Amino acid sequence: MINETLFMNGYAVYVLSAFSFTLLSFLSLYLVTKMQFVREQNKFIAKFGSLTNEQARTAKSQRINKEILANATNN
Amino acid sequence: MFKLFEPNKIYKITSKAPKYVLFLFIVVLSIGLVEALVLSPKDYKQSDAVRIMYVHVPAAWITLGIFSSITLLSISGFVFKNKNFFLMSKSLAPSGFVFNIIALVTGSIWGKPTWGTWWAWDARITSMLILALFYAMYLIVWGIYDKEEKVYKISTFITILGIINVPIIKYSVDWWNTLHQPASINILSKSSIHSSMLYPLFMMTAAFALFSLLIFLMKYNTELIKIKNKGLDRL
Repeated sequence: MINETLFMNGYAVYVLSAFSFTLLSFLSLYLVTKMQFVREQNKFIAKFGSLTNEQARTAKSQRINKEILANATNN
Repeated sequence: MFKLFEPNKIYKITSKAPKYVLFLFIVVLSIGLVEALVLSPKDYKQSDAVRIMYVHVPAAWITLGIFSSITLLSISGFVFKNKNFFLMSKSLAPSGFVFNIIALVTGSIWGKPTWGTWWAWDARITSMLILALFYAMYLIVWGIYDKEEKVYKISTFITILGIINVPIIKYSVDWWNTLHQPASINILSKSSIHSSMLYPLFMMTAAFALFSLLIFLMKYNTELIKIKNKGLDRL
């Protein structure tokens, strides 16, 4: 039974390589997308930090900017 | 109605949703993998090689669905003059492209034990390869042009050309003599696949759909922050 499951009647090399390729593609796409997100978030924080008080007040008047900052500090 | 979906209003939801979608994806994928690799029966003709179907078919379904959505969103962007639609279609494209590559590669791996070849210039395979080229062109256009209006026009043109290929992919097995078998699953009539194979297939499709939703949300949030970064530069 275990042998049958592991070797899949000689097709294991095809089946497992198809599944591995799929899962590796998922992992790569997830990591690349996550990296892009973190990079943009860090850029936003750095830019926000360099604003004057007046500019920061104006920026914070937009709800989405407040949300981005809140999420960045929570992560 | 579109005002309800304005980025400023939905960011609170789209920024929190990925962690829940990721959790759900891992649960559904785990169940799907056990079903596909262990519990589902082998085929009387293809033996265990049939298990490749559980990654190949969902990937093909999702990539076709995503390309159709991209086209619909791009056209809607023009009709309703709403940039958010373009942002959504741009965020869908990377996962659509990856699913297309998965469908091609796993199909090629499946072809070796069943047809005795890694690749054949068969109507279904060739039309899927053409779809991958349309995805690639769409992504390249977003990468190389700076002017928004130009990107919107060219990318929509690419999707309109590419959507012609979608029914060709679907009906290629009926219109031409191909190595692929005709569709085994029909919405309107009884499927020719046994329920013991249908259940894992739907579980894996659900897992793949959740993954594309996860990538879409992450990419959409990234695009929104990019826009806000430009906004901070203008202050």
